[in-house]
Amino acid sequence: MPAVTETIETVQSVAEGGYKWGFETDIEMEFAPKGLNEDIVRFISKKKNEPEWLLEWRLKAFALWKTMKEPDWAAVNYPPIDYQDAYYYAAPVQKAGPKSLDEVDPELLKTYAKLGIPLKEQAILAGVEGAGESPADGRLPIAIDAVFDSVSVATTFKGRLEKEGIIFCAISEAVQNHPDLVRQYLGSVVPQADNFFAALNSAVFTDGSFVYIPKGVRCPMELSTYFRINAKSTGQFERTLIIADEGSTVSYLEGCTAPMRDENQLHAAVVELVALDDASIKYSTVQNWYPGDAEGKGGIYNFVTKRAACRGKRSKVSWTQVETGSAITWKYPSCILQGDDSVGEFYSVAITNNRQQADTGTKMFHIGKNTRSTIVSKGISAGFGQNTYRGLVRIGAKATGARNFTQCDSLLIGDQCGAHTVPYIENRCMSAKTEHEATTSRIAEDQLFYCRQRGLSEEEAVGMIVNGFCREVLKELPMEFAVEAQKLLQISLEGSVG
Amino acid sequence: MLKIEGLTAEIDGKQILKGLDLEVPAGEVHAIMGPNGAGKSTLSYVLSGREGYEITGGSVTFHGKDLLAMEPEERAATGLFLAFQYPVELPGVGNATFLRTALNAIRRQRGEPELDAMQFLKLARGRMKELSMPEDMLKRGVNVGFSGGEKKRNEVLQMALLNPSLAILDETDSGLDIDALKIVSDGVNALRGPGFSALVITHYQRLLNYIVPDRVHVLVNGRIVKSGGKELALELEAHGYAEVAA
Repeated sequence: MPAVTETIETVQSVAEGGYKWGFETDIEMEFAPKGLNEDIVRFISKKKNEPEWLLEWRLKAFALWKTMKEPDWAAVNYPPIDYQDAYYYAAPVQKAGPKSLDEVDPELLKTYAKLGIPLKEQAILAGVEGAGESPADGRLPIAIDAVFDSVSVATTFKGRLEKEGIIFCAISEAVQNHPDLVRQYLGSVVPQADNFFAALNSAVFTDGSFVYIPKGVRCPMELSTYFRINAKSTGQFERTLIIADEGSTVSYLEGCTAPMRDENQLHAAVVELVALDDASIKYSTVQNWYPGDAEGKGGIYNFVTKRAACRGKRSKVSWTQVETGSAITWKYPSCILQGDDSVGEFYSVAITNNRQQADTGTKMFHIGKNTRSTIVSKGISAGFGQNTYRGLVRIGAKATGARNFTQCDSLLIGDQCGAHTVPYIENRCMSAKTEHEATTSRIAEDQLFYCRQRGLSEEEAVGMIVNGFCREVLKELPMEFAVEAQKLLQISLEGSVG
Repeated sequence: MLKIEGLTAEIDGKQILKGLDLEVPAGEVHAIMGPNGAGKSTLSYVLSGREGYEITGGSVTFHGKDLLAMEPEERAATGLFLAFQYPVELPGVGNATFLRTALNAIRRQRGEPELDAMQFLKLARGRMKELSMPEDMLKRGVNVGFSGGEKKRNEVLQMALLNPSLAILDETDSGLDIDALKIVSDGVNALRGPGFSALVITHYQRLLNYIVPDRVHVLVNGRIVKSGGKELALELEAHGYAEVAA
């Protein structure tokens, strides 16, 4: 049965409401001194035992960053960020390779349990060797890389993936074990000087995931990274690099949560995807960083650069994102459609409730012939939330036969919120076609009444109507994520009606 | 079962119901007929709890409870069902999801166990067969792209599944061809029994050939001006409201 038909009953089970991922783990942490300078960049690089070229690469990025200005064109408002008033490295103090569950820091274990990561995986996540490489209950396994503040704590199912020649590990580990691959591709899609936040990330990135799928391999399981910000006054700067070699296929999921705090915390990630001939990458995100309280106090600033290069012929990259969290979201997962007949897709649901602000969308660069892109964006605004779709479709002169279809729908709940659509279309090719559709609607009173007459509470009714509104995007998510996403949509909108 | 006394209600400051009295005992089907603007739809919305109507006087008891004090969803759980004159579209929401969610919401409020997907499908398929509805209607979006007749049949399917003790049919016959009218009527008649009452609101006598009422009431200018047996409907058809109500 499709996950969408499960909607409301799963929602019932999470009726306790609020941001339930907002707890804090009390664990012994190691910090770099507060602030940002060359020494911190060197400290991080040293901590990670990095080769000289990578330190140079970071320092170059840092030098570039100092000359750059924070972008101000997005439709978001926030007080100036003091980049010297944050920690750029925070990691749980961990004994090397605990052998049994008893040796793992119990606080770390508890965190995983509370985040709802099943016990079997939990043993692996906490770094216990040899635990559960093949799940007994017959469910399709998901390999997980868990990033806790600045470091990856564990990656599961590595052994099984290695049999296929797949590399899935923390990027810091890849730097040690697969330096040539990292060096060849790091920064090749998002250069250091790409933008202010990408430059900052390039200088101080601490961990993230690295994936390499060899030629002709179809990755046998979903790969997933779970990002958790825990420490106070800490920025998270993760860097993810996925390379799909010729004819390979991979589906990758990303989830994120953080404790509830009064302060704003910065998350500036960079994700680079490379798809070679006939390769296909599906990248799904459920972003649930702490959004701040009802008055807009606290919450994560989510300033993220995500970009895919469809370098190969007939390559394909599909971005699916469900953005429910963060005080501010600034994010434009993009595709550079270089290879002839390559395909880029972007499916997005963004919710802003209370004082949340989101400025999100995509960029599709059509360079190769017969390149195709599809953009489906669903923005939901409630409370005082502000939601902007910002997108660019650029079709180059040589992209004959290129096609784009864009659909942007906005749903308003209440009369204090806002929805904005800013689509840019630049077409330099006579034979290319672009289509753009946009709608803005409200949840109608007659829809609510119809549902309530059938026995649904007002919140159930809103949840159901919103899930229906987002259906085209949710159906793109892998099954287990889709169920999770539907619950999140409901929780994110709690208190938005009545 | 349902008892309305001296009900007065207004919308946007305009009085629509002007002291309406009506009693529907358990197991009976009553028809309400009346000209345009008499307050027929207002009555159905006031009974089901739609916002925007101000109750200025009178009382309504339903199964001994104060109906007007309940939220719309509580009224539904207590057994009141409104078959809409214009069923609402819910884009992207699958009909099966909607029906099961509604059924389980009501079962939960009644303290009954909820049905899982398989149990629900079995139940729904059985009811659909009785109503000669194609099974693909479960897969489509709620009322999205449905013809007028399909929408009304979908209302009757929901009614059959939710099993109410009082169904209000608000001009369910409007926009139906004779075949659809027959299917819809059969659906209502199948529910008839000691635990099921219905308030059939209609302009025309035609529907009452299929759903034969125990009582007929004439609603004019916000009040019931005449009540009688099923023959009253024929009389109205022959002579018009003005003459009968005079």
